[in-house]
Amino acid sequence: MLRLENLSLTQGVFTMTADMALPAGARLALIGPSGAGKSTLLNLIAGFTPPDQGRITWQGDDLTDAAPGARPVSILFQDNNHFPHLTVAQNVGLGLRPALKLTAAEAAEVDRALDQVGLAGMGTRKPGTLSGGQQSRAALARVLVQKKPIVLLDEPFAALGPALKGEMLDLVAEVLDQTGATLIMVSHQPEDARAIASHVSVVADRTITPPQETEALFTNPPQALRDYLGG
Amino acid sequence: MKSFAVVAGLLAGTALSTAAVADTPVLTVYTYDSFVSDWGPGPAVEKAFEEVCGCDLQLVGAGDGAALLGRIKLEGARTEADVVLGLDTNLTAAAAETGLFAPHSVTADYTLPIEWNDATFVPYDWGYFAFVQNADLEGPANFKALADSDLKIVIQDPRSSTPGLGLLMWVKAAYGDEAPAIWAGLSDNIVTVTKGWSEAYGLFLEGEADMVLSYTTSPAYHLIAEEDASKSAAAFDEGHYMQIEVAGKIAGTDQPELADQFLSFMTSDAFQSIIPTTNWMYPAVTPAAGLPEGFETLIAPEKALITPAADAPAVRDAALAEWLDALSK
Amino acid sequence: MIRSWPVFLAAGLVLLCLIGPLIAVFHRAGEAGLTSLTFSAADGAALRFSLLQSVLSASLSVLLAIPVSRALARRRFRGRAALITLLGAPFILPVIVAVMGLLAVFGRNGLMSDLLGLFGLPPVQIYGLHGVVLAHVFFNLPLATRILLQAWQDIPAERFRLAATLRLHGWQSFRVLEAPMLMRALPGAWLVIFALCLSSFAVVLVLGGGPKATTLELAIYQAFRFDFDLARAAMLALVQTVLVGIVAIVALGQDSGQALGAGLDRVVQRWDASGVMARVLDALALVLATLFLVLPIAMLVWDGLWGIAQLPPQVWRALWVSLIVALSSTALCMALALPIALAAIRHPRIEGIGLIGIVSSPLVLGTGLFLIIHPFANPLKLAFVVTALVNALMALPFALRVLVPALREAEAGYGRLADALGLTGYARLRLLLLPRARRPLGFAAGLTAALSMGDLGVIALFADPNRATLPLQMYRLMSAYRVEAAAGAGLLLLASSLALFWIFDRGGRGHVEA
Repeated sequence: MLRLENLSLTQGVFTMTADMALPAGARLALIGPSGAGKSTLLNLIAGFTPPDQGRITWQGDDLTDAAPGARPVSILFQDNNHFPHLTVAQNVGLGLRPALKLTAAEAAEVDRALDQVGLAGMGTRKPGTLSGGQQSRAALARVLVQKKPIVLLDEPFAALGPALKGEMLDLVAEVLDQTGATLIMVSHQPEDARAIASHVSVVADRTITPPQETEALFTNPPQALRDYLGG
Repeated sequence: MKSFAVVAGLLAGTALSTAAVADTPVLTVYTYDSFVSDWGPGPAVEKAFEEVCGCDLQLVGAGDGAALLGRIKLEGARTEADVVLGLDTNLTAAAAETGLFAPHSVTADYTLPIEWNDATFVPYDWGYFAFVQNADLEGPANFKALADSDLKIVIQDPRSSTPGLGLLMWVKAAYGDEAPAIWAGLSDNIVTVTKGWSEAYGLFLEGEADMVLSYTTSPAYHLIAEEDASKSAAAFDEGHYMQIEVAGKIAGTDQPELADQFLSFMTSDAFQSIIPTTNWMYPAVTPAAGLPEGFETLIAPEKALITPAADAPAVRDAALAEWLDALSK
Repeated sequence: MIRSWPVFLAAGLVLLCLIGPLIAVFHRAGEAGLTSLTFSAADGAALRFSLLQSVLSASLSVLLAIPVSRALARRRFRGRAALITLLGAPFILPVIVAVMGLLAVFGRNGLMSDLLGLFGLPPVQIYGLHGVVLAHVFFNLPLATRILLQAWQDIPAERFRLAATLRLHGWQSFRVLEAPMLMRALPGAWLVIFALCLSSFAVVLVLGGGPKATTLELAIYQAFRFDFDLARAAMLALVQTVLVGIVAIVALGQDSGQALGAGLDRVVQRWDASGVMARVLDALALVLATLFLVLPIAMLVWDGLWGIAQLPPQVWRALWVSLIVALSSTALCMALALPIALAAIRHPRIEGIGLIGIVSSPLVLGTGLFLIIHPFANPLKLAFVVTALVNALMALPFALRVLVPALREAEAGYGRLADALGLTGYARLRLLLLPRARRPLGFAAGLTAALSMGDLGVIALFADPNRATLPLQMYRLMSAYRVEAAAGAGLLLLASSLALFWIFDRGGRGHVEA
């Protein structure tokens, strides 16, 4: 269970608050208008911004003061998900060992992960030589080897076309099935949320609604969601 | 940290080379850098002295004459030097005042234009300051003629250079209270003022000026070493200022006999015959074989100007103030 | 994320080496009884002239560097890489060599005067304030150009694409994309050049034309040589250091702004520079800068070729000594620069520590180090270490200026990713910061190596006669009247400095692919 207990963070004139719980293994989509605080929420969970108040716990352990790398969390950003000077395999390998001194078994694991995301044989290339979709796959390969129980997606596929994005979400689902990880993703599209998320929270006006079952929510959308969807 | 390994290696090498000669007595002589350079008198002097002394002569270069005195002052009584070679009469009063130097016992038949009776310092060579020009130039006969001409000159800054200071003393010795007027007259002839002799002489050779402040002996280098007779020194009728270079024994030396031996060796033929074609100065005691061929072509000033060593510091300070004042306008 | 002990160690060592000697000189002066510690009218004049010429020199250098670096950043042509390397030559030349080259072009008897003579015009008057500024621009334009070129290449290619789609042209594109970059890069570049010119001494003397052009450094010389007044020398050195300190705090404070984002490395292709005017301007900037910087060098090469055959064997030995000194200085400088640069990512003003190096009067620094070492060891035996150390300290501000922005970009672009992956300490350095800063690292190392090679460096007090460096041997040849051989040694120095610079710089630039 991931708990955000009375979190609050003031940035400029806005104060973001969150208080919710998400069962382990759930797949949560955060939906809401731009600037509502979706990415801020991910940054709080990932540990890039410390909250002013409140606690973050995972399975009862307090994460509030842990460094980003020490959290049970892997995250994909909108861009800059790879170090351009390292090879694809090295970028994936970083998920296993930050010092990149991989054992033979670990190197094999990287290869397997690349194979699984459809990048077999591309490990020696630099990320800049890959297409956008391939870069996303490589990032997912790293999530795969990281085996962290929480995966955060901050719109990493926003730049991809609908078909490609669909493929990626399928791949994410596959990775989650395999690792059993809990997912929190930022999304602008209800269909993305429907495709993968078990739960949806609406982020609006700097606060977040408790997670609700996806179908139930879209069948009977609350006012904030209706405003967002514009219908 | 490979660099540290390299450094350590080099240090160890230095230590070893010193250890190897530790059983022969070492005479340490501080001098100016161009003396120890491969093209100065140093290598030949070291060889000649070591043949007779059964010792290891270590020449240590320290900038120029003024820097040499500064170094001795910095080191004080703890100095490793046994002998200091390369001060001139502008510096000897200040050097004697440190109390670090011991009287000498050298007697020699000096061929200096003036009488020498300093109890502390022994002269080893001397020269006249002069403006060097291309031989085909009709040079001025004195400072006033130079000031009235359109000739361009390069000089050295008296604050950073020995010849530069020499020129200051020259004008002061020749003109006394009239010196500021001479400098005012020269100011439009001076192309620029350099940090040291090398820069000034380089500028002159590059054609940046018609004349450069140097020594009457400079043309001898071009004549003897390069067989080039195209340079000459302008003879000034008010006389030429002398530079007399001297050496002295450090009072606290642990090698007093060797130091004395070196000072008297310094006035011997073996040392003196090295000087003319390495230091390009006149020997303090003309060797039995005479001066090298070519030196007879040099100008012989009618009058040798020099400020007594004891007066030099006071004259120097006043002359610098006048110089700065005249050229800053 | 970055451990703090290496920072304290490096910064402390630098401060110790730079401030320690000053204290030692003051202390010694105090033993002898402090004498006149007044700031005379002449000192005031020296200070004013120092400031005037440094402000003019630094401003002109960075202003002229803008069109040159812009042209280099957006044009691809044959020989571009060679030109960039060659443009660095003036900066790494020993002062006296470079001045001789300048005079061969701009002197009374130089090319320009000959050219003017053809039209019956009088020769160029190079001596005076304008000559000093000209020489300083000659020395520092290349440095400013390289710093700006780096900054230009750090603008992500995506930005230029965006500008192209927005149909931004010429001035508009400059204002939107380049002006913000320049606002961030210029103060730092200006500052190092200002500091460098402030303590410039031999150039000011040779080209200044007389005591009207007197700098503080010359006043320090006078205090030392003439009056042996250590207290006064140290006081003047302190004034010089404090002055640069104040300017550094102001200029580096401007540098703390948001770093530009980092895109994936691609060749910077631009769409706003295809107009005829833009092409002509770029060509003009490149041709003029090349002529200005390369002609004097070409004259040096021409003069030096005659001397190469006359080089005595001692000069070749000196070459090896200089190479070892240069490589040691480079290693030392990088070891000091990296931790300080890493700390400067978050605290920009730390970079100011490095600047103390270039404004420290070599005379005071040398004397202070001598006073510190002499009671314990024969300074001659430490000549090598001291030379390498002082060279490293002198090159430190340039290394920092080049490294800090690059490291800051790396952190801005990839810091979060590194945090998320738990990349800390050495792993972060090895996997993120060093590779991202590879180009500037190579450039900084090349600069340091070349500078240490060409620096007459330390100070007569530590000159080991048996291990003379190449610049010292060159000077000795000059003072032994051997002008042609000295020119040959100068050429050898130029060639070896450039070669070292090229190797490091190339190493940094190699394999920069996506």
